[in-house]
Amino acid sequence: MSFFQILQIIIPSMIFLATPLIFTALGGVFSERSGVVNIGLEGLMVFGAFSAIVFDLTFADTFGALTPWLALVVAILAGAVFSLFHAVASITFKADQTVSGVALNFLALGLAMFLVKMIYGKGETDSITASFAKVDIPVLKDIPFFGPLLFSDAYYTSYIAIAAAVLAWYVIYKTPFGLRLRSVGEHPMAADTMGINVTKMRYMGVMISGGFGGLGGAVFAMTVTNNFGHATISGQGFMALAAMIFGKWHPIGALGAALFFGFAQSLSIVGSGLPFFKDIPNVYLLVAPYVLTILALTGFIGRADAPKASGQPYEKGKR
Amino acid sequence: MSKRLINILVPVVSVLLGLIAGTIIMLVSGYNPIEGFSALFYGMFGEVFYTGETIRQVTPYILSGLAVAFAFRTGLFNIGVEGQVLVGWLASVWVGLAFDLPKVIHLPLAIIAAAAAGALWGFIPGFLKARFRVHEVIVSIMMNYIALHVTNNIIRTVLSKNSDRTPDVPKSALLKSPFLEAHTDFSRLHWGFLIALAGAFLMWFILEKTVKGYELRSVGFNHHASEYAGMNVNRNIILSMVISGAFAGVAGSMEGLGTFGYASIKGGFTGIGFDGIAVALLGGNTSVGIILSAILFGGLKVGALNMPLETGIPTELVDIIIALIIFFIASSYIIRWAITRFNKKGVK
Repeated sequence: MSFFQILQIIIPSMIFLATPLIFTALGGVFSERSGVVNIGLEGLMVFGAFSAIVFDLTFADTFGALTPWLALVVAILAGAVFSLFHAVASITFKADQTVSGVALNFLALGLAMFLVKMIYGKGETDSITASFAKVDIPVLKDIPFFGPLLFSDAYYTSYIAIAAAVLAWYVIYKTPFGLRLRSVGEHPMAADTMGINVTKMRYMGVMISGGFGGLGGAVFAMTVTNNFGHATISGQGFMALAAMIFGKWHPIGALGAALFFGFAQSLSIVGSGLPFFKDIPNVYLLVAPYVLTILALTGFIGRADAPKASGQPYEKGKR
Repeated sequence: MSKRLINILVPVVSVLLGLIAGTIIMLVSGYNPIEGFSALFYGMFGEVFYTGETIRQVTPYILSGLAVAFAFRTGLFNIGVEGQVLVGWLASVWVGLAFDLPKVIHLPLAIIAAAAAGALWGFIPGFLKARFRVHEVIVSIMMNYIALHVTNNIIRTVLSKNSDRTPDVPKSALLKSPFLEAHTDFSRLHWGFLIALAGAFLMWFILEKTVKGYELRSVGFNHHASEYAGMNVNRNIILSMVISGAFAGVAGSMEGLGTFGYASIKGGFTGIGFDGIAVALLGGNTSVGIILSAILFGGLKVGALNMPLETGIPTELVDIIIALIIFFIASSYIIRWAITRFNKKGVK
């Protein structure tokens, strides 16, 4: 098996598996940059996956080929609305953000499975009929070497994810909105003094993360599993959280980290069929993202620091 | 109104709000809440079998609640109980399978091994927090997944020949009791509940009656002041995570040596650790509170299984109620505000 053939197996599957992580990790960046820790990414993914699948199953006949795209929009909205639980508890009611995130994860799975059982009378939904098709990008797919690796037999959602990361970088670092978002995450009191509405900015941060989390979950459900059950989202949200940290709370960093984690995941799945990689026990590849994240945090791979006010509720007038 | 009374009122109000929310959900979804709750309650304590199962479920909840609470009291959030439960479960089964000893030695040894494994898994985030100031929440989440994959791998390759579960642990290391099973209509009740109660006593004793416990709590209140008073903050952080992990490991052994008697490959987490967060929060991080809230949550979980049979209500209703209770507890800021406000009006 030539090196190129190995790449041709690994790279597309890496991009495919990384896509939901990229979206969700970007969500994490927005929330944490505004100063709200979001352990609830997992729950947001669950809720996004649930709403997208239910929408797709219900409206596949009505909207035809447009259905999966509309399902993504629905998932974004559902995720944003659902994240309000976290926003209200942790921003307005000044709840411990980690605790509120944990509760969000519980609530998402409980609520989604409750509704699935009520609507479908069983523990998981049917498989969706209107799903995304794999596409070859015209022209680009003919580029030698890169064409077959990056531009053929892939989902549009993957390119959207990468574009979203660049867009997120632009929004966070190059626009007034981004500056305000970062300032309430670093020093809310100073931001408040300058006339920035801390509460509003944090609500927006959390809701954007809700939208991204919902989108990530929807993409995962609609490209990887094609249905929704209690184990559809099992740990992807936490892995996205890890990607966000490994990417040092930066959108492009998160993109890179998510791709890298996708690489590790894809090796753990297809690696057994490849020379060289088949000698590495699966467990090392499975734990690699988590071990690397811990190492990144301890400073062995460049120090990663959270936004300063991340995790602290803001109280006006408190010193 | 005294602070103590408010501290008791907040969880009670949260539970009531959670149950009210559950009632509303049942009404909206077209179920009869009275039937729902009576099926739930019957499933908790309606028959001796259910009572036995409830106590069995409460046992690991008490221990995982203690684990979370112990770290909380030192100002640490041990979200890694889930992983510590898994390694504890595995260690207890491993010791159970590896040795052939009389019960008086074998059983305690297996439980100690579980505690040690959990302690090790708690030590890592504690050490990284103390040494590198890395937030323990993130590290312990990562440790959860490492535990999941590593234990699965050990079960598959070391403790069995590519099977998805280990052989059964010999009787000499089991907590199972034919006596308790026979008296609860053959539920899976085992002696572990005594260990859980002893654990609750132990936590109370360490935190309230020993110098070390005083130090740990003091670090939790204000680590700058503690450091100034000459306490070694870093060592206390590590110690707290180690003890917390040990409690979690023992919780895992309750499943390994009591409920199941073996370890099996898992696709996801057991939920014991995450539910432990709910237990600790509702119990106000005190021993007695944790026992009470573990009984409530354990009872809800077991009782929920009866709801679909009798009324068709999905068991997940209970998960929703528990999630909302955590939200309400976490938002106690607003409940406290409401109670004090309400009270002031009463005085006028």
